Amino acid sequence: MPKANVYVTLKPSLLDAQGKVVQGALEKLGFTNVSAVRIGKYIQIELEGNSNLEQQVDEMCRKLLANPVIEDYRFEIER
Amino acid sequence: MKFGVIQFPGSNCDQDAYFAVRDILQQPVDYVWHQESNLSKYDCLILPGGFSYGDYLRTGAIARFSPVMSAVQEFADRGGLVIGICNGFQILCEAHLLPGALLPNNTLRFRCKYLHVRVENDSSSFTHLCHRGQVLRIPIAHHSGCYYCEPDVLKELENKDRILLRYCDRDGNVTEESNPNGSISNIAGVLNEHGNVAGMMPHPERAVESLLGSEDGVIILRSIVERIS
Amino acid sequence: MSANGELGSRTVRETIPIPPEVYREMGLNDEEYRRVVAVLGRHPTYTELGMYAVMWSEHCGYKFSRPILKLFRKYREAIEGSGLENAGLIDIGGGFGIAMKMESHNHPSAVEPFQGAATGVGGILRDIFTMGARPIACLNSLRFGNLDDPRNRYLFEHVVGGIAFYGNCVGVPTVGGEVYFDDCYSGNPLVNVLSVGLVRLDEVAFARACGPGNPVMLVGSRTGRDGIHGATFASVELGPDSESRRPNVQIGDPFTEKCLIEATLEALKTGYIVGIQDMGAAGITCSTCETAAKAGTGMRIDVRKVPLREKSMTPYEIMLSESQERMLAIVQKGHENDVARIFTKWGLNASIIGEVTDDGLVHVYDGDELVAQVPAKSLAEEAPTYELDTEEPDYLRRVQDYDLSHIHEPDDYNEVLLKLLGSPTIASKEWVYEQYDHMVQTNTVVLPGSDAAVVRIRGTKKAIAITTDCNGRYCYLDPYLGAQIAVAEAARNLACCGAKPMAVTDCLNFGNPEKPEVFWQFRKCVEGMAEACEFFEAPVVSGNVSFYNETPDAVIYPTPVVGMLGLIEDVEKRCTSEFKREGEIIALICGWSTNDESRCDLNSLGGSEYLKIVHGLAVGKPPALLMEKEKRVHRAVLKAIDELLLSSAHDCSEGGLATALAEGCIMGDVGAKISLIANCGPAAALFAETQSRVVVSLPIEKLSRLREIAEEEQVQITVLGKTGGDKLEIKVNDEPVISVKIKDLSEAWRGSIPSAMEK
Repeated sequence: MPKANVYVTLKPSLLDAQGKVVQGALEKLGFTNVSAVRIGKYIQIELEGNSNLEQQVDEMCRKLLANPVIEDYRFEIER
Repeated sequence: MKFGVIQFPGSNCDQDAYFAVRDILQQPVDYVWHQESNLSKYDCLILPGGFSYGDYLRTGAIARFSPVMSAVQEFADRGGLVIGICNGFQILCEAHLLPGALLPNNTLRFRCKYLHVRVENDSSSFTHLCHRGQVLRIPIAHHSGCYYCEPDVLKELENKDRILLRYCDRDGNVTEESNPNGSISNIAGVLNEHGNVAGMMPHPERAVESLLGSEDGVIILRSIVERIS
Repeated sequence: MSANGELGSRTVRETIPIPPEVYREMGLNDEEYRRVVAVLGRHPTYTELGMYAVMWSEHCGYKFSRPILKLFRKYREAIEGSGLENAGLIDIGGGFGIAMKMESHNHPSAVEPFQGAATGVGGILRDIFTMGARPIACLNSLRFGNLDDPRNRYLFEHVVGGIAFYGNCVGVPTVGGEVYFDDCYSGNPLVNVLSVGLVRLDEVAFARACGPGNPVMLVGSRTGRDGIHGATFASVELGPDSESRRPNVQIGDPFTEKCLIEATLEALKTGYIVGIQDMGAAGITCSTCETAAKAGTGMRIDVRKVPLREKSMTPYEIMLSESQERMLAIVQKGHENDVARIFTKWGLNASIIGEVTDDGLVHVYDGDELVAQVPAKSLAEEAPTYELDTEEPDYLRRVQDYDLSHIHEPDDYNEVLLKLLGSPTIASKEWVYEQYDHMVQTNTVVLPGSDAAVVRIRGTKKAIAITTDCNGRYCYLDPYLGAQIAVAEAARNLACCGAKPMAVTDCLNFGNPEKPEVFWQFRKCVEGMAEACEFFEAPVVSGNVSFYNETPDAVIYPTPVVGMLGLIEDVEKRCTSEFKREGEIIALICGWSTNDESRCDLNSLGGSEYLKIVHGLAVGKPPALLMEKEKRVHRAVLKAIDELLLSSAHDCSEGGLATALAEGCIMGDVGAKISLIANCGPAAALFAETQSRVVVSLPIEKLSRLREIAEEEQVQITVLGKTGGDKLEIKVNDEPVISVKIKDLSEAWRGSIPSAMEK
């Protein structure tokens, strides 16, 4: 069964408050080489059929999974 | 005039809005199930607060695809008054009935508290009983209330007087300290282009009795009634 | 199972003995196993064994606590009468009842604080709406170790986050509670959640499987492998391998719960549901056997009809799953579809999994195969009980007889006051309650931060007030007295709001009961509490016991948390704790008379936050309590509030009189000038936690009437000073000892928890 792995992230221009906190925590733990942390969502979708999958997943992302005002997305399909 | 309060699965301020309209405004009001497609008998629709579909993906992202939302779109296109409060505001943004989006609070925590907002537009259907610069004491209760829009959209909102409310201190100063969630330009509420769709994070329906701590929310709700009748 | 039930005549023929290591691993001892064999007349199947192990655990079967809990009058009456319901029900007049219950989720929260706390909220809500009551408020009583330890900060942050995540989403306001910090809770956090619901008394639903032939429906979420043996997990001490028990922790889904609340209340309105029970610990096992046992019926179910989230689950796993957001509904035959339609409308599963029978047995089928056949009552009501040994702990004499005479007066009282206000136990909990939606449903008429939460009953003039109280240190120093003080303080908090006590729900948190010293603490606390609850006319109507709150390093203080409900007849008369305006009289209403020895001396500092924070000591005897004197104070305060004499009322508790005054100033943003006369040193006058005292403020013209009331009720009124200015200034025997700006007090009090959490 093919599987889509979708990654949704905040647009680079937006402050990622969550990422900032995690970065601070990593620094406190002694990881001094952390220059940025951004947190996103990972969505796993199990699909049926084999045709047009890219187009379908792209549409899923645009319609629902990501909000284009604030988020970017990318995905890969495992066949 | 008749109000409709839309119920999405997971709405939880639907009853509060209903009671505010029925008991305080003393106007007829119905609950409208999210599967409904005929909204012709209503003069104003309220999209209430809560966590539609748990807001598990993104606030408002799933509710906007409820069957009722295409009817809401048509209702708004015909000039009907629509007000989205909190989750309702988030849904209206996701549905592109209002510009921008609501991000998680910059505090990363849910915040429930009374605060102050300043009326920026005193001619809209939702605020015409206020005067410009009036400070209202109304509570917020949200995890994702950080309003964001692109710079050109912000300019447009400012130029066209589409910013309804801004977070401020008790004297009406719009300051960083008075911004509870990191909203761009302290924006707490906006209007659509035609001025008939409004969204706001503060909960006017929670500030309708002195018993609850404030009656300032009534001014907003009564503005709607006066405008229609 | 076929429709005509012909397979029902089949019996389980399993006779293979279960190896001791298997039943012991499940938590049954040899004697209990023998008892199972005796009940069944044969060896149990694996599924049956699991059912007994979980139902006979302390968590479900109260095998250790039940004999002691019978000291609570209503519990005893229920056990001997019609059985226990999911929550206590209190008649508040006008045809309305309040369902109330508190429950612990300590062990799950120690392992996974966010989900542990979240599912605690979910569980207690189901206890309420399963009775047909709409949940109208939640409170929580939390305890953590010192916030200097990052692990404790992590637990605190995520427990609060989990409660917020769940409570905010389901739309039930979290209106109050308490948070204490002490080293003994390090590694043993306490998460006690309380919920109240409103129901019309003629619409109360019961957890009874009545009417043989009626279909049994499982509604709500699908069943997965989560939380299998969570109930037995809660009945053992946490050890180093507790982290690896993580799969036992359930995941909460508040969105589904919200839909389940609405669907259940809507379905109950149809009148077609004859019995309903929520599923918490021990899942389907518990709900089937309890509802059948209570109705004197039996039940036949097929686990294959249970909608599953994971494939290939065994009957054992299905019967013991603790998946959240599920209910068991017994439906009037012929109306299955009317009920199912409502759940489907709310996007929930509703599957018929069996039917009520009349043979008193729970039959569990896996398709055609009978995998369990057990008497319902044997699981639900006949858990073995034990009379455990008790022994007065050695530490008790040592801490009680501790010589306090070397405790010197501090050099700087201002510094002490600021330190106390900044002690996380006393400090403002705004950081916590701002994360909770405490206003949804628009009935919260006294917001968090006052002595008790007040929620109005819409459509009436009434309001209810709710508080949770327990000072674990007092209970450690004297379990009997400590538990009585918890009840007295709860009633005093209610009185300060203008509410008359109605009922109590409790959460009894203790260490390992198999240790005689711990069980002694337990027994003493219950004795003290039972007596005090009767005295204050607030009987215990529901509750929960949580044992084994200990790690190899620490045992918790005995912590019998009291959740008390009170009634305000006229919501407009409610009172809050902050000073309202300048120029008002500040007075102390006190149950002790000037010649009562216990009123003020060095020993009255015993158990105080002052000794703890300034001297690092948890010693002495808790402050004295005479319940009759205490009750007079409540009567006087209630009368004064009813006659609209008071602008504010605030009880004196942790941190003593100086702290109560400071809180009144901070919350009201107004200063005060105070002069105290004391027959003891300033430290005791300011910081002793003497009971039966309430600080009030009022306009001067109302003072004479207040004095009359005091005389009628035989309590003392002492005018302490006046509100006004921007400082709190206190003189003791004409000696100025405190003078601090309200702004500085506020910073210490409000800033403490946020700054501790930013570390």
